[in-house]
Amino acid sequence: MAIRSLKTGQFSRSALVGNPVIMPGSYESIATVTVGSGGAASIEFTSIPSTYSHLQIRGIARGTKSSTVAFLNMKLNSDTGTNYAYHILQGDGASAVGSAVANDTFMDWARYPAASATASIFGASVIDILDYGNTNKFKTVRYLGNYDANGSGYLEFRSGLWRSTSAISTITFSWDSGDFAQYSTFALYGVN
Amino acid sequence: MPAGKTYTPLARTTLTSSAASVTFSNISGSYTDLILVCNTMRTTGLDNIGVRFNSDTGSNYSWTIIKGSGSAASSDRRSSVTDIIFNVYNNDINTPSVGILQIQNYSNTTTYKTALSRSSGSAAGYVYATVGLWRNTAAITSITLLDEGSTSAVINAGSTFTLYGILAA
Repeated sequence: MAIRSLKTGQFSRSALVGNPVIMPGSYESIATVTVGSGGAASIEFTSIPSTYSHLQIRGIARGTKSSTVAFLNMKLNSDTGTNYAYHILQGDGASAVGSAVANDTFMDWARYPAASATASIFGASVIDILDYGNTNKFKTVRYLGNYDANGSGYLEFRSGLWRSTSAISTITFSWDSGDFAQYSTFALYGVN
Repeated sequence: MPAGKTYTPLARTTLTSSAASVTFSNISGSYTDLILVCNTMRTTGLDNIGVRFNSDTGSNYSWTIIKGSGSAASSDRRSSVTDIIFNVYNNDINTPSVGILQIQNYSNTTTYKTALSRSSGSAAGYVYATVGLWRNTAAITSITLLDEGSTSAVINAGSTFTLYGILAA
């Protein structure tokens, strides 16, 4: 179906034609955490109000684990049970691979640069949590992120499921090992 | 407490004639992230639009991509190249390609800059997702979009480019 932009008159098969994805004015900053010189074991957003339709988290991160990569994970409402699942589409520069994990104790957002990686390289991510305040359904999360290190790296799409009908009020990021390095930062936004 | 509305359009370019490149310059460092949305057509054939920062033409960029062709998914990589691949597009003016480029913490002066992008064009026949690295700690003050296959004016008239700033609390 052809879609016509009201603004430009341009035709396209995409609803994005001539228009931004999010209309300015419907997007508000809630909180930001930036890691200082001592590092941090976790980054957490608490007391998230349920007044928005959706949440978006945008950030850059690097780990202190003694390795070239560390694995970033996310928990919701401090739930440590086996209530998380996710599907993965991963590109490593050579092949694209799909996989899935069920009944995990967190959502795994995979590899980010760590202590043995080239200095100054940080991974990046954009995470969308849709209808996070709804108390009638499980929560689905969309993820795009990871890093390039000039000869190595990963790009991943992931979808995550949290099998809880609770409204999300806390989001916690941590690593499989080590801390967040200085200058890692995550910002939480509300979308209406 | 929320800090208020924070998704701000900074600049928009609609090409009135074909061009070899599009540049957003004098970008304010007052925001946290940048988002660039483009809607593009090429004057001839199929190629990619690449991105450079701060007019750096050196081999200081690299990228990793996942792409789908309609029949298969694949991944590729380039190291020490002169731009980051961003937007696949072709010469079907009724079916422009769309691309979204996200640059987090673009104005910090301590980290190399990592950019994430998505791009698709049904006529072009591909969908892309890319992570790119610019090995420079400078704050990004300009963004140049250029055709990777030609230095001629092949980015077609009617193509649009809009830059947004996101400000965190």
